[in-house]
Amino acid sequence: MSASLFSAQVAEVVSAVLLAPLLTGWVNQCRAWLQNRRGPGVLQPYRVLAKLFGKEVVLAHNASSLFRSAPYFVFGCLALAAAVVPTLATDLPLNAAADAIALVGLLALARFFIALAGMDVGTAFGSLGARREMLVGFLAEPALLMVLFTASLISHSTSLSTIVETLAHRELVIYPSMAFAGVAFTMVSLAENARIPVDNPATHLELTMIHEAMVLEYSGRHLAMIEWAASLKLFVYSCIGLALFFPFGVASGGDWLGLALALPVLAAKLAIGGAALALIEMLSAKMRIFRAPEFLGTAFLLAVLALLVHALLEG
Amino acid sequence: MLAHYGPQLVNLLAAILLLLAFAMLSQRRIISLINLFAAQGLVLFMATVLVATLTGQTHLYGSAAITLALKVFLLPWILHRLIRRLNVKWDVETLVNIPTIMLAGIVLVILAFNLAAPISQLAGTLTRSTLGIALASVLLAFLMMITRSKAVPQVVAFLAMENGLFFAATATVYGMPMVVELGIALDVLVASLILGVFLFQIRSRFDSVDTRHLERLKEH
Repeated sequence: MSASLFSAQVAEVVSAVLLAPLLTGWVNQCRAWLQNRRGPGVLQPYRVLAKLFGKEVVLAHNASSLFRSAPYFVFGCLALAAAVVPTLATDLPLNAAADAIALVGLLALARFFIALAGMDVGTAFGSLGARREMLVGFLAEPALLMVLFTASLISHSTSLSTIVETLAHRELVIYPSMAFAGVAFTMVSLAENARIPVDNPATHLELTMIHEAMVLEYSGRHLAMIEWAASLKLFVYSCIGLALFFPFGVASGGDWLGLALALPVLAAKLAIGGAALALIEMLSAKMRIFRAPEFLGTAFLLAVLALLVHALLEG
Repeated sequence: MLAHYGPQLVNLLAAILLLLAFAMLSQRRIISLINLFAAQGLVLFMATVLVATLTGQTHLYGSAAITLALKVFLLPWILHRLIRRLNVKWDVETLVNIPTIMLAGIVLVILAFNLAAPISQLAGTLTRSTLGIALASVLLAFLMMITRSKAVPQVVAFLAMENGLFFAATATVYGMPMVVELGIALDVLVASLILGVFLFQIRSRFDSVDTRHLERLKEH
Protein backbone atom coordinates (compact mmCIF):
# COMPACT_ATOMS: atom_id res chain seq x y z
CA MET A 1 0.00 0.00 0.00
CA SER A 2 2.48 2.59 1.20
CA ALA A 3 5.11 1.22 -1.21
CA SER A 4 2.80 1.80 -4.13
CA LEU A 5 1.97 5.31 -2.87
CA PHE A 6 5.67 6.00 -2.47
CA SER A 7 6.51 4.81 -5.97
CA ALA A 8 3.61 6.87 -7.37
CA GLN A 9 5.09 9.90 -5.62
CA VAL A 10 8.53 9.20 -7.08
CA ALA A 11 6.98 8.73 -10.54
CA GLU A 12 5.20 12.06 -10.20
CA VAL A 13 8.32 14.00 -9.22
CA VAL A 14 10.52 12.33 -11.82
CA SER A 15 8.01 12.94 -14.59
CA ALA A 16 7.64 16.59 -13.50
CA VAL A 17 11.41 17.15 -13.51
CA LEU A 18 11.87 15.39 -16.85
CA LEU A 19 8.87 16.93 -18.60
CA ALA A 20 9.39 20.53 -17.43
CA PRO A 21 11.91 21.50 -20.18
CA LEU A 22 9.52 19.99 -22.73
CA LEU A 23 6.82 22.46 -21.65
CA THR A 24 9.26 25.37 -22.04
CA GLY A 25 10.24 24.05 -25.47
CA TRP A 26 6.60 23.73 -26.47
CA VAL A 27 5.82 27.32 -25.41
CA ASN A 28 8.85 28.61 -27.33
CA GLN A 29 7.88 26.55 -30.37
CA CYS A 30 4.32 27.94 -30.26
CA ARG A 31 5.73 31.45 -30.04
CA ALA A 32 7.92 30.77 -33.06
CA TRP A 33 4.95 29.48 -35.05
CA LEU A 34 2.88 32.51 -34.13
CA GLN A 35 5.75 34.74 -35.28
CA ASN A 36 5.93 32.85 -38.63
CA ARG A 37 9.28 31.34 -37.72
CA ARG A 38 10.12 27.64 -37.95
CA GLY A 39 11.37 27.49 -34.39
CA PRO A 40 14.10 25.36 -32.84
CA GLY A 41 11.84 22.37 -32.07
CA VAL A 42 10.34 21.34 -28.76
CA LEU A 43 13.47 19.47 -27.67
CA GLN A 44 15.72 22.53 -27.76
CA PRO A 45 15.73 23.11 -23.95
CA TYR A 46 17.12 19.56 -23.48
CA ARG A 47 19.89 20.31 -25.98
CA VAL A 48 20.68 23.56 -24.16
CA LEU A 49 20.79 21.72 -20.82
CA ALA A 50 23.06 19.00 -22.25
CA LYS A 51 25.37 21.63 -23.71
CA LEU A 52 25.52 23.62 -20.46
CA PHE A 53 26.21 20.52 -18.34
CA GLY A 54 29.20 19.78 -20.57
CA LYS A 55 30.65 23.25 -20.20
CA GLU A 56 33.22 24.45 -17.73
CA VAL A 57 32.04 26.63 -14.83
CA VAL A 58 33.51 30.13 -14.77
CA LEU A 59 33.27 31.77 -11.35
CA ALA A 60 33.95 35.34 -10.31
CA HIS A 61 36.92 35.71 -7.89
CA ASN A 62 34.73 37.00 -5.10
CA ALA A 63 31.92 34.45 -5.55
CA SER A 64 31.06 32.88 -2.19
CA SER A 65 29.84 29.37 -1.52
CA LEU A 66 26.30 30.78 -1.53
CA PHE A 67 26.70 31.62 -5.20
CA ARG A 68 27.78 28.08 -5.96
CA SER A 69 25.10 26.36 -3.90
CA ALA A 70 22.13 28.60 -4.79
CA PRO A 71 21.30 26.81 -8.10
CA TYR A 72 20.90 23.52 -6.24
CA PHE A 73 18.78 25.13 -3.50
CA VAL A 74 16.53 26.71 -6.11
CA PHE A 75 16.21 23.50 -8.04
CA GLY A 76 15.51 21.55 -4.86
CA CYS A 77 12.79 23.98 -3.73
CA LEU A 78 11.04 23.75 -7.07
CA ALA A 79 11.35 19.96 -7.29
CA LEU A 80 9.74 19.75 -3.83
CA ALA A 81 7.03 22.16 -5.00
CA ALA A 82 6.42 19.87 -7.98
CA ALA A 83 5.97 17.01 -5.51
CA VAL A 84 3.50 18.98 -3.37
CA VAL A 85 1.29 20.09 -6.26
CA PRO A 86 -1.01 17.24 -7.33
CA THR A 87 0.05 16.98 -10.97
CA LEU A 88 -0.80 13.35 -11.70
CA ALA A 89 -2.43 12.08 -8.52
CA THR A 90 -3.88 13.32 -5.26
CA ASP A 91 -3.35 11.82 -1.79
CA LEU A 92 0.34 11.10 -2.26
CA PRO A 93 2.65 11.05 0.77
CA LEU A 94 4.31 14.41 0.05
CA ASN A 95 1.01 16.20 -0.63
CA ALA A 96 0.61 16.45 3.13
CA ALA A 97 4.11 17.93 3.49
CA ALA A 98 2.96 21.41 2.56
CA ASP A 99 -0.42 23.04 2.07
CA ALA A 100 -1.11 25.95 -0.27
CA ILE A 101 0.40 28.52 2.10
CA ALA A 102 3.58 26.54 2.67
CA LEU A 103 3.81 26.03 -1.09
CA VAL A 104 3.85 29.80 -1.60
CA GLY A 105 6.54 29.93 1.08
CA LEU A 106 8.55 27.30 -0.78
CA LEU A 107 8.40 29.34 -3.99
CA ALA A 108 9.41 32.41 -1.99
CA LEU A 109 12.40 30.52 -0.59
CA ALA A 110 13.56 29.71 -4.14
CA ARG A 111 13.19 33.37 -5.06
CA PHE A 112 15.12 34.41 -1.94
CA PHE A 113 18.10 32.22 -2.84
CA ILE A 114 18.23 33.28 -6.47
CA ALA A 115 18.04 36.96 -5.45
CA LEU A 116 20.85 36.50 -2.90
CA ALA A 117 22.96 34.77 -5.53
CA GLY A 118 22.29 37.64 -7.92
CA MET A 119 23.62 40.10 -5.34
CA ASP A 120 26.52 37.88 -4.24
CA VAL A 121 29.06 38.72 -6.92
CA GLY A 122 28.33 42.41 -6.62
CA THR A 123 27.87 43.27 -10.28
CA ALA A 124 25.49 46.08 -11.17
CA PHE A 125 23.19 43.85 -13.23
CA GLY A 126 22.97 41.18 -10.55
CA SER A 127 21.78 43.44 -7.77
CA LEU A 128 19.51 45.36 -10.14
CA GLY A 129 17.85 42.12 -11.25
CA ALA A 130 17.59 40.89 -7.66
CA ARG A 131 15.86 44.07 -6.51
CA ARG A 132 13.44 43.93 -9.40
CA GLU A 133 12.74 40.27 -8.72
CA MET A 134 11.92 41.05 -5.07
CA LEU A 135 9.71 43.96 -6.21
CA VAL A 136 7.73 41.61 -8.43
CA GLY A 137 7.77 38.90 -5.77
CA PHE A 138 6.39 40.89 -2.87
CA LEU A 139 3.46 42.02 -5.01
CA ALA A 140 2.81 38.66 -6.65
CA GLU A 141 2.86 36.63 -3.44
CA PRO A 142 -0.22 38.14 -1.72
CA ALA A 143 -2.15 37.88 -4.98
CA LEU A 144 -1.23 34.20 -5.29
CA LEU A 145 -2.22 33.61 -1.67
CA MET A 146 -5.60 35.28 -2.23
CA VAL A 147 -6.24 33.08 -5.28
CA LEU A 148 -5.41 30.00 -3.24
CA PHE A 149 -7.62 31.24 -0.38
CA THR A 150 -10.57 31.55 -2.76
CA ALA A 151 -10.17 27.91 -3.74
CA SER A 152 -9.70 27.05 -0.05
CA LEU A 153 -12.96 28.78 0.90
CA ILE A 154 -14.83 26.73 -1.71
CA SER A 155 -13.34 23.41 -0.67
CA HIS A 156 -12.88 24.20 3.08
CA SER A 157 -9.24 23.16 3.09
CA THR A 158 -5.86 24.68 2.34
CA SER A 159 -4.38 21.37 1.25
CA LEU A 160 -4.02 21.39 -2.52
CA SER A 161 -4.74 17.68 -2.70
CA THR A 162 -8.09 18.14 -0.93
CA ILE A 163 -8.92 21.20 -3.05
CA VAL A 164 -8.38 19.19 -6.23
CA GLU A 165 -10.43 16.26 -4.94
CA THR A 166 -13.31 18.51 -3.86
CA LEU A 167 -13.37 20.45 -7.11
CA ALA A 168 -12.92 17.43 -9.38
CA HIS A 169 -15.26 14.93 -7.77
CA ARG A 170 -18.41 16.94 -7.21
CA GLU A 171 -21.11 17.73 -9.69
CA LEU A 172 -20.36 20.68 -11.95
CA VAL A 173 -21.06 23.97 -10.18
CA ILE A 174 -20.22 27.31 -11.78
CA TYR A 175 -18.15 29.42 -9.41
CA PRO A 176 -18.12 33.10 -10.50
CA SER A 177 -15.37 33.76 -7.95
CA MET A 178 -13.11 31.33 -9.78
CA ALA A 179 -13.42 33.48 -12.92
CA PHE A 180 -11.85 36.38 -11.01
CA ALA A 181 -9.29 34.10 -9.38
CA GLY A 182 -8.42 32.67 -12.80
CA VAL A 183 -7.66 36.08 -14.28
CA ALA A 184 -5.63 37.03 -11.19
CA PHE A 185 -3.73 33.76 -11.28
CA THR A 186 -2.89 34.19 -14.97
CA MET A 187 -1.47 37.65 -14.25
CA VAL A 188 0.55 36.40 -11.28
CA SER A 189 2.02 33.47 -13.19
CA LEU A 190 2.99 35.71 -16.10
CA ALA A 191 4.88 37.94 -13.67
CA GLU A 192 6.42 35.11 -11.65
CA ASN A 193 7.67 33.22 -14.67
CA ALA A 194 9.25 36.30 -16.25
CA ARG A 195 6.85 36.23 -19.18
CA ILE A 196 6.20 39.00 -21.64
CA PRO A 197 4.07 41.75 -20.15
CA VAL A 198 6.44 41.90 -17.17
CA ASP A 199 9.74 40.48 -18.38
CA ASN A 200 11.02 39.11 -21.67
CA PRO A 201 12.36 35.55 -21.33
CA ALA A 202 13.93 35.51 -24.78
CA THR A 203 16.60 38.13 -24.24
CA HIS A 204 19.45 39.03 -21.96
CA LEU A 205 20.34 42.19 -23.79
CA GLU A 206 17.69 44.52 -22.45
CA LEU A 207 18.06 47.02 -19.64
CA THR A 208 14.56 46.14 -18.50
CA MET A 209 15.28 42.46 -17.91
CA ILE A 210 14.58 40.96 -14.49
CA HIS A 211 15.26 37.24 -14.37
CA GLU A 212 18.10 37.22 -16.88
CA ALA A 213 19.87 40.08 -15.11
CA MET A 214 20.08 38.03 -11.91
CA VAL A 215 21.52 34.92 -13.53
CA LEU A 216 23.91 36.75 -15.88
CA GLU A 217 26.94 35.65 -13.86
CA TYR A 218 26.13 31.94 -13.98
CA SER A 219 27.71 29.53 -16.42
CA GLY A 220 28.13 25.82 -17.04
CA ARG A 221 26.26 23.36 -14.85
CA HIS A 222 25.10 26.14 -12.48
CA LEU A 223 23.36 27.91 -15.35
CA ALA A 224 21.91 24.57 -16.45
CA MET A 225 20.43 24.04 -12.96
CA ILE A 226 19.00 27.59 -13.00
CA GLU A 227 17.47 27.13 -16.44
CA TRP A 228 16.05 23.76 -15.48
CA ALA A 229 14.63 25.31 -12.30
CA ALA A 230 13.02 28.08 -14.39
CA SER A 231 11.38 25.43 -16.58
CA LEU A 232 10.28 23.60 -13.46
CA LYS A 233 8.81 26.81 -12.07
CA LEU A 234 6.73 27.30 -15.21
CA PHE A 235 5.64 23.66 -14.93
CA VAL A 236 4.71 24.04 -11.24
CA TYR A 237 2.71 27.23 -11.86
CA SER A 238 0.92 25.63 -14.81
CA CYS A 239 0.07 22.63 -12.63
CA ILE A 240 -1.23 24.84 -9.79
CA GLY A 241 -3.42 26.60 -12.36
CA LEU A 242 -4.67 23.30 -13.77
CA ALA A 243 -5.26 21.94 -10.26
CA LEU A 244 -7.38 24.95 -9.28
CA PHE A 245 -9.27 25.63 -12.48
CA PHE A 246 -9.28 22.39 -14.51
CA PRO A 247 -8.89 19.65 -11.90
CA PHE A 248 -10.30 16.86 -14.05
CA GLY A 249 -8.62 13.59 -14.86
CA VAL A 250 -6.28 13.53 -11.85
CA ALA A 251 -5.78 10.06 -10.38
CA SER A 252 -6.29 9.31 -6.70
CA GLY A 253 -3.51 7.80 -4.59
CA GLY A 254 -1.33 5.00 -5.87
CA ASP A 255 -3.78 3.83 -8.52
CA TRP A 256 -1.43 2.88 -11.38
CA LEU A 257 -4.16 2.64 -14.04
CA GLY A 258 -5.35 6.11 -13.02
CA LEU A 259 -1.78 7.40 -13.14
CA ALA A 260 -1.29 5.97 -16.62
CA LEU A 261 -4.49 7.72 -17.71
CA ALA A 262 -3.63 10.96 -15.89
CA LEU A 263 -0.34 11.43 -17.76
CA PRO A 264 -1.83 11.92 -21.27
CA VAL A 265 -4.62 14.09 -19.79
CA LEU A 266 -2.01 16.27 -18.07
CA ALA A 267 0.06 16.44 -21.27
CA ALA A 268 -2.99 17.54 -23.27
CA LYS A 269 -3.93 20.18 -20.68
CA LEU A 270 -0.36 21.50 -20.56
CA ALA A 271 -0.16 21.57 -24.37
CA ILE A 272 -3.31 23.70 -24.54
CA GLY A 273 -2.14 25.87 -21.63
CA GLY A 274 1.28 26.36 -23.19
CA ALA A 275 -0.25 27.40 -26.51
CA ALA A 276 -2.52 29.84 -24.64
CA LEU A 277 0.53 31.26 -22.83
CA ALA A 278 2.33 31.76 -26.15
CA LEU A 279 -0.77 33.50 -27.52
CA ILE A 280 -0.98 35.86 -24.51
CA GLU A 281 2.70 36.68 -24.93
CA MET A 282 2.23 37.40 -28.63
CA LEU A 283 -0.75 39.67 -28.04
CA SER A 284 0.76 41.83 -25.32
CA ALA A 285 3.60 44.28 -25.34
CA LYS A 286 6.35 44.37 -22.74
CA MET A 287 5.49 46.86 -20.00
CA ARG A 288 7.79 49.41 -18.52
CA ILE A 289 9.24 48.04 -15.29
CA PHE A 290 7.38 50.63 -13.23
CA ARG A 291 4.08 49.46 -14.67
CA ALA A 292 4.69 46.03 -13.13
CA PRO A 293 3.47 47.12 -9.64
CA GLU A 294 0.27 48.36 -11.26
CA PHE A 295 -0.14 45.09 -13.17
CA LEU A 296 0.36 43.03 -10.01
CA GLY A 297 -1.73 45.40 -7.92
CA THR A 298 -4.57 44.72 -10.35
CA ALA A 299 -3.99 40.98 -9.94
CA PHE A 300 -4.16 41.34 -6.16
CA LEU A 301 -7.36 43.38 -6.31
CA LEU A 302 -8.96 40.85 -8.65
CA ALA A 303 -8.05 38.10 -6.21
CA VAL A 304 -9.62 40.12 -3.36
CA LEU A 305 -12.70 40.61 -5.54
CA ALA A 306 -12.82 36.85 -6.00
CA LEU A 307 -13.07 36.46 -2.22
CA LEU A 308 -15.78 39.15 -2.03
CA VAL A 309 -17.79 37.64 -4.89
CA HIS A 310 -17.50 34.26 -3.21
CA ALA A 311 -18.95 35.78 -0.03
CA LEU A 312 -21.77 37.47 -1.95
CA LEU A 313 -22.86 34.87 -4.49
CA GLU A 314 -21.75 31.53 -3.13
CA GLY A 315 -21.76 31.99 0.61
CA MET B 1 -30.62 21.43 -16.91
CA LEU B 2 -31.21 25.14 -17.59
CA ALA B 3 -33.22 25.51 -14.41
CA HIS B 4 -30.26 24.11 -12.48
CA TYR B 5 -27.42 25.96 -14.16
CA GLY B 6 -29.42 29.07 -15.15
CA PRO B 7 -29.10 31.00 -11.87
CA GLN B 8 -25.43 30.03 -11.62
CA LEU B 9 -24.89 31.32 -15.15
CA VAL B 10 -26.59 34.61 -14.25
CA ASN B 11 -24.24 34.89 -11.27
CA LEU B 12 -21.28 34.19 -13.55
CA LEU B 13 -22.40 36.87 -16.02
CA ALA B 14 -22.87 39.29 -13.12
CA ALA B 15 -19.32 38.56 -11.98
CA ILE B 16 -18.03 39.16 -15.53
CA LEU B 17 -19.92 42.46 -15.55
CA LEU B 18 -18.07 43.49 -12.40
CA LEU B 19 -14.78 42.30 -13.89
CA LEU B 20 -15.39 44.45 -16.98
CA ALA B 21 -16.26 47.44 -14.77
CA PHE B 22 -12.86 47.04 -13.08
CA ALA B 23 -11.13 46.59 -16.42
CA MET B 24 -12.65 49.88 -17.58
CA LEU B 25 -11.52 51.55 -14.37
CA SER B 26 -7.92 50.52 -14.97
CA GLN B 27 -7.89 51.06 -18.74
CA ARG B 28 -5.68 53.80 -20.13
CA ARG B 29 -6.49 53.68 -23.83
CA ILE B 30 -9.72 55.23 -25.09
CA ILE B 31 -10.27 52.67 -27.87
CA SER B 32 -9.96 49.74 -25.45
CA LEU B 33 -12.31 51.58 -23.11
CA ILE B 34 -15.00 51.72 -25.79
CA ASN B 35 -14.46 48.06 -26.69
CA LEU B 36 -14.81 47.14 -23.01
CA PHE B 37 -18.03 49.13 -22.89
CA ALA B 38 -19.34 47.16 -25.89
CA ALA B 39 -18.33 43.90 -24.16
CA GLN B 40 -20.20 45.00 -21.04
CA GLY B 41 -23.28 45.62 -23.19
CA LEU B 42 -22.96 42.14 -24.67
CA VAL B 43 -22.74 40.52 -21.21
CA LEU B 44 -25.73 42.56 -20.13
CA PHE B 45 -27.65 41.35 -23.20
CA MET B 46 -26.81 37.71 -22.43
CA ALA B 47 -27.79 38.11 -18.77
CA THR B 48 -31.12 39.70 -19.72
CA VAL B 49 -31.95 36.96 -22.24
CA LEU B 50 -31.04 34.35 -19.64
CA VAL B 51 -33.23 35.94 -16.97
CA ALA B 52 -36.06 36.24 -19.51
CA THR B 53 -35.79 32.55 -20.38
CA LEU B 54 -35.60 31.47 -16.75
CA THR B 55 -38.51 33.54 -15.50
CA GLY B 56 -40.73 33.56 -18.59
CA GLN B 57 -40.96 37.38 -18.50
CA THR B 58 -41.36 37.97 -22.23
CA HIS B 59 -41.01 41.74 -22.07
CA LEU B 60 -37.39 41.24 -21.00
CA TYR B 61 -36.65 39.93 -24.52
CA GLY B 62 -37.63 43.38 -25.77
CA SER B 63 -35.26 45.15 -23.43
CA ALA B 64 -32.56 42.62 -24.31
CA ALA B 65 -33.01 43.49 -27.98
CA ILE B 66 -32.78 47.22 -27.18
CA THR B 67 -29.61 46.55 -25.17
CA LEU B 68 -28.07 44.63 -28.04
CA ALA B 69 -28.88 47.22 -30.67
CA LEU B 70 -28.04 50.25 -28.58
CA LYS B 71 -25.16 49.28 -26.29
CA VAL B 72 -23.33 46.72 -28.38
CA PHE B 73 -23.62 48.30 -31.83
CA LEU B 74 -24.98 51.84 -31.99
CA LEU B 75 -23.31 53.58 -29.03
CA PRO B 76 -19.84 52.04 -29.52
CA TRP B 77 -20.10 52.95 -33.22
CA ILE B 78 -21.02 56.56 -32.33
CA LEU B 79 -18.15 56.69 -29.82
CA HIS B 80 -15.64 55.24 -32.28
CA ARG B 81 -16.71 57.80 -34.86
CA LEU B 82 -16.49 60.52 -32.23
CA ILE B 83 -12.90 59.73 -31.23
CA ARG B 84 -11.92 59.44 -34.89
CA ARG B 85 -13.40 62.85 -35.62
CA LEU B 86 -11.92 64.37 -32.46
CA ASN B 87 -8.66 62.54 -33.13
CA VAL B 88 -8.22 61.50 -29.48
CA LYS B 89 -6.76 57.99 -29.50
CA TRP B 90 -3.98 58.63 -27.01
CA ASP B 91 -3.67 57.44 -23.44
CA VAL B 92 -6.32 58.55 -21.00
CA GLU B 93 -5.04 60.80 -18.25
CA THR B 94 -6.32 60.00 -14.80
CA LEU B 95 -6.43 62.52 -11.98
CA VAL B 96 -5.31 59.99 -9.39
CA ASN B 97 -2.90 57.12 -10.15
CA ILE B 98 -4.51 53.86 -11.15
CA PRO B 99 -3.59 51.62 -8.17
CA THR B 100 -5.20 54.17 -5.83
CA ILE B 101 -8.33 54.21 -8.00
CA MET B 102 -8.44 50.41 -7.89
CA LEU B 103 -8.14 50.43 -4.09
CA ALA B 104 -10.98 52.96 -3.89
CA GLY B 105 -12.89 50.65 -6.24
CA ILE B 106 -12.45 47.71 -3.87
CA VAL B 107 -13.76 49.83 -0.98
CA LEU B 108 -16.77 50.77 -3.11
CA VAL B 109 -17.42 47.12 -3.92
CA ILE B 110 -17.36 46.19 -0.22
CA LEU B 111 -19.71 49.11 0.50
CA ALA B 112 -22.08 48.09 -2.30
CA PHE B 113 -22.12 44.45 -1.22
CA ASN B 114 -22.90 45.44 2.37
CA LEU B 115 -25.60 47.90 1.31
CA ALA B 116 -27.25 45.40 -0.99
CA ALA B 117 -27.22 42.49 1.45
CA PRO B 118 -30.33 43.55 3.50
CA ILE B 119 -32.25 44.63 0.37
CA SER B 120 -31.66 41.40 -1.46
CA GLN B 121 -32.94 39.50 1.59
CA LEU B 122 -36.32 41.11 0.94
CA ALA B 123 -36.39 40.43 -2.80
CA GLY B 124 -37.92 37.16 -3.90
CA THR B 125 -36.36 36.93 -7.32
CA LEU B 126 -33.90 34.24 -8.28
CA THR B 127 -31.25 36.80 -9.23
CA ARG B 128 -31.45 38.78 -5.99
CA SER B 129 -27.88 38.14 -4.89
CA THR B 130 -26.59 39.99 -7.95
CA LEU B 131 -28.03 43.30 -6.72
CA GLY B 132 -24.76 43.98 -4.88
CA ILE B 133 -22.83 43.56 -8.12
CA ALA B 134 -25.21 45.88 -10.00
CA LEU B 135 -24.82 48.52 -7.30
CA ALA B 136 -21.04 48.05 -7.35
CA SER B 137 -20.90 48.60 -11.13
CA VAL B 138 -22.92 51.82 -10.77
CA LEU B 139 -20.55 53.08 -8.07
CA LEU B 140 -17.47 52.05 -10.07
CA ALA B 141 -18.77 53.96 -13.09
CA PHE B 142 -19.26 56.98 -10.82
CA LEU B 143 -15.69 56.62 -9.61
CA MET B 144 -14.45 56.41 -13.18
CA MET B 145 -16.37 59.54 -14.10
CA ILE B 146 -14.82 61.61 -11.34
CA THR B 147 -11.25 60.30 -11.77
CA ARG B 148 -10.90 60.96 -15.51
CA SER B 149 -9.95 64.34 -16.83
CA LYS B 150 -10.80 63.83 -20.51
CA ALA B 151 -14.37 64.14 -21.70
CA VAL B 152 -14.68 60.93 -23.77
CA PRO B 153 -13.91 58.57 -20.86
CA GLN B 154 -16.39 60.53 -18.78
CA VAL B 155 -19.07 59.92 -21.42
CA VAL B 156 -18.19 56.20 -21.49
CA ALA B 157 -18.42 56.15 -17.68
CA PHE B 158 -21.85 57.76 -17.86
CA LEU B 159 -23.01 55.06 -20.28
CA ALA B 160 -21.46 52.33 -18.14
CA MET B 161 -23.39 53.67 -15.16
CA GLU B 162 -26.61 53.20 -17.12
CA ASN B 163 -25.50 49.58 -17.75
CA GLY B 164 -25.26 49.07 -14.01
CA LEU B 165 -28.68 50.61 -13.38
CA PHE B 166 -30.23 48.44 -16.07
CA PHE B 167 -28.69 45.34 -14.54
CA ALA B 168 -29.94 46.36 -11.09
CA ALA B 169 -33.49 46.64 -12.48
CA THR B 170 -33.23 43.24 -14.17
CA ALA B 171 -31.77 41.60 -11.10
CA THR B 172 -34.23 42.90 -8.49
CA VAL B 173 -37.59 43.24 -10.21
CA TYR B 174 -37.09 41.55 -13.60
CA GLY B 175 -36.83 44.82 -15.47
CA MET B 176 -38.74 48.06 -15.59
CA PRO B 177 -41.97 48.65 -17.53
CA MET B 178 -41.40 48.94 -21.27
CA VAL B 179 -42.29 52.66 -21.35
CA VAL B 180 -39.64 53.49 -18.75
CA GLU B 181 -37.11 51.29 -20.47
CA LEU B 182 -37.70 52.86 -23.89
CA GLY B 183 -37.52 56.28 -22.27
CA ILE B 184 -34.17 55.53 -20.63
CA ALA B 185 -32.78 54.00 -23.82
CA LEU B 186 -33.76 57.09 -25.77
CA ASP B 187 -32.37 59.31 -23.01
CA VAL B 188 -28.99 57.62 -23.15
CA LEU B 189 -28.90 57.80 -26.93
CA VAL B 190 -29.83 61.49 -26.98
CA ALA B 191 -27.44 62.21 -24.11
CA SER B 192 -24.53 60.64 -25.98
CA LEU B 193 -25.41 62.64 -29.12
CA ILE B 194 -25.63 65.89 -27.15
CA LEU B 195 -22.41 65.09 -25.31
CA GLY B 196 -20.82 64.49 -28.71
CA VAL B 197 -21.82 67.97 -29.87
CA PHE B 198 -20.71 69.32 -26.51
CA LEU B 199 -17.29 67.72 -26.96
CA PHE B 200 -16.81 69.43 -30.30
CA GLN B 201 -17.74 72.72 -28.64
CA ILE B 202 -15.21 72.17 -25.83
CA ARG B 203 -12.53 71.34 -28.34
CA SER B 204 -13.17 74.30 -30.60
CA ARG B 205 -13.09 76.57 -27.56
CA PHE B 206 -10.04 75.16 -25.73
CA ASP B 207 -8.24 73.07 -28.42
CA SER B 208 -8.49 70.08 -26.08
CA VAL B 209 -11.17 67.84 -24.60
CA ASP B 210 -9.78 68.12 -21.08
CA THR B 211 -12.74 69.05 -18.89
CA ARG B 212 -10.45 70.73 -16.35
CA HIS B 213 -10.59 73.73 -18.68
CA LEU B 214 -14.26 74.08 -17.79
CA GLU B 215 -13.41 74.73 -14.15
CA ARG B 216 -12.16 78.16 -15.14
CA LEU B 217 -15.29 80.19 -15.69
CA LYS B 218 -13.77 83.59 -16.30
CA GLU B 219 -12.27 84.36 -19.66
CA HIS B 220 -8.93 86.06 -19.60
